[in-house]
Amino acid sequence: MEIIKVRNLVKRYNGLTAVDHISFSVEKGEIFGFLGPNGAGKTTTINILSTLLAPTQGEVYVNNFNVLTQKNQVRKSIGLVFQDPSLDDRLTAEENLYFHARLYHVSHSEYQKKKEEVLRLVELWDRRKDIVKTFSGGMKRRLEIARGLIHHPAVLFLDEPTLGLDPQTRSHLWDYILRLKAEKEMTIFMTTHYMNEADYCDRLIIIDYGKIVGFDTPANLKKAVGGDIIILGSPQPQQLKQELAQKYALAAKEENGTIMVEINNGKTFLPRLFEELQTQVTSVSLREPTLDDVFLHLTGRKIREEEATPLDRMRQHHFRRRR
Amino acid sequence: MEFRMTVEAAGAIWQREFIRYWRDKTRIISTMVQPLMFLAIFGTGLKSSLARGDFGLDFVQFMYPGIIAMSIMSVSFFSTISTVWDREFGFLKEILVAPISRVSITLGKILGAVTIASIQGFLLLVLAPVLKIRLHPLTFPYLLLFMIMVAFSLASLGLLIASLMKTTESFGLVMQLLIFPMFFVSGAFFPLTSVPRWMKWLAAVNPLTYGVDALRQILLFRQTPAEALYQVSLHPVSVDALFLLVFSVVIISLAALAFNKKN
Repeated sequence: MEIIKVRNLVKRYNGLTAVDHISFSVEKGEIFGFLGPNGAGKTTTINILSTLLAPTQGEVYVNNFNVLTQKNQVRKSIGLVFQDPSLDDRLTAEENLYFHARLYHVSHSEYQKKKEEVLRLVELWDRRKDIVKTFSGGMKRRLEIARGLIHHPAVLFLDEPTLGLDPQTRSHLWDYILRLKAEKEMTIFMTTHYMNEADYCDRLIIIDYGKIVGFDTPANLKKAVGGDIIILGSPQPQQLKQELAQKYALAAKEENGTIMVEINNGKTFLPRLFEELQTQVTSVSLREPTLDDVFLHLTGRKIREEEATPLDRMRQHHFRRRR
Repeated sequence: MEFRMTVEAAGAIWQREFIRYWRDKTRIISTMVQPLMFLAIFGTGLKSSLARGDFGLDFVQFMYPGIIAMSIMSVSFFSTISTVWDREFGFLKEILVAPISRVSITLGKILGAVTIASIQGFLLLVLAPVLKIRLHPLTFPYLLLFMIMVAFSLASLGLLIASLMKTTESFGLVMQLLIFPMFFVSGAFFPLTSVPRWMKWLAAVNPLTYGVDALRQILLFRQTPAEALYQVSLHPVSVDALFLLVFSVVIISLAALAFNKKN
C-alpha cells in the first residue's frame, strides 16, 4: 500500500527551483530515506508533504489525502520531528506531550495510555516531570519523537533527526527508530546528509539540486557504483591515471594526489595490477563502496557539509549553469 | 464538531501561555512593581508641584485608574511576545502543523494575554485600600469587565504586531515605541479635556484613553464630587465600552488575517 504519493512535484522560490519535477511513492511500513547535501531540496520536500508549504506544481498525497485540499486530514496522519528543536523548553516533558495531544484531539484516556508507551519507548518515562530546559540535545530529540507518536500517525517524518548529536547518541536514536519500525510497523520518512545513516533505509532517494539522481535500495545503489573501490597513492598521479586508462580502460578520479578507481572483483584485480604496472605506487587500499561513493559516482562531487547556505548554493549552481 | 475542536485547541494554547506566565516569577513581580513605582514617583512628584488643588480631587485617586490601565496595557502587549518567541525558537511550527484552525491559535494567544493582564489588574485593585483608595464593592464587577475589555483590545493589537515581527528584539522596540505615547496620551496623568487639538485626535484613536476614562468614572463614582469627576471625563461609560468592543473586533480580525498570511 502506498502511503505517500508524489507526482511531478515542483517548488520554486523567488525564481529559484528548490524541487524540480520529482516523483516517488512510499510503501507502508518502510523506512524511506531522502539523502542529499544541504540545500538539495530535502526540507522543502518535507515541508510540502507536511502542508507547511504549498507546491508550485504537481500532486502530493499523504495517507490518500491531498496536501493542498485536505490539509487537516494530512496533518492528523503525520508525526513530525523537525530539523530544529520545536519543544517548549519551559514546560515539562509531560506538558509538551499533553499540549500536543490536545492540539490533535486525542481523548484523555487515550493520551494517558499513549503517554506511558511512547515515553518508555524513548526511555524518558522517569524524566517526564522535568522541565525540558534541563534536557540534553539527544533527550530533546527523543522527546520530540515521542511527541510525534502521541496521535497515532500513519507516517513519521524525521528531518535530519541526528543532526548535531554525538555519535553515541546518534546510534542510540537509531535503535529507537528501528524498534519503531519493527514493533509498530511505522512508516518512516527521513532526510539525512549522513551517508552511513542512509544505510538504515529500506529504500533511498538521492537528491541533488532538487532533482532525483538515484532511487533504489542502498545495496542496489552501491552495486551501481561498479563493485569495489581501489585507492592508490603515487608520486606521479597523472602518469598513473594515464596508464590505468590505456591498459585497463579505467576512468580514474584524482583527489589530493590519490587515484581512485571503481572495479568489479577488486581482490583478484589487485595482484594483476601490481604485476603489470609501470608507474610507482606508494600505497594501496581496497574497500566496498559506501553511499559516499554512490553520491560521488552519481554527481561527480563528494557529499559533505556545505558551508554556504542552501540559497547561496542554489545561486552558485544556477550561475554555473548559465556559464 | 468544528466549533468544539476550535475551543479545545484554543484552550490548550491558552493553558500553555498561563503555565509559562506562572513559572516566570520574575516577570510576575516586575510587572507588579512597575505600576506601583509609577504611582509612587509620579503620584508624589506631580501632586506636590503641578496638580495642587486644581481638580477638586486627590491626584493619587485621579491617577490610580490610569495606573491600572497602564499595567494592563504593558502586560497584554508583552504577553503576545510569546508568538514571536515561538517563531524564533521553533515552537510555532509544532502549532502550525497541528490539525487546528488558525483562528483557534489567534484566540488562544489573545485569551492567554487577557487572562494574565486581568489577573495583574485585579491584584492592583485588591491593593487599592493599602494606598488609601477606597473601592465600593459594587463597582468591582464593572471594573473587572472594563479591565478585560482593555486587555482584549490591547492583546489583539499586540498580536497583530507580533504577527508581523520576525524577532523578539524588533517586537520589543516597536512595543517600547508604542507604550509610552499611548500611556501619556491616554488621560492617565492629566485630563484630556483642555489639551491641544492634535493631542485630542491622538487620544481619540488610542484605546487606552477609553479604558482610563471608564475605569476612572467607575472607580471614583460617589467618592468624589460628581462635578469634579465630570470635568475630567471624556465620554459616557457606555461609549467607552462600545469603542473598546469595536476596536477589539476589528483588530482581532486583522490579527487573525495577518497571522494567516504570515504563516
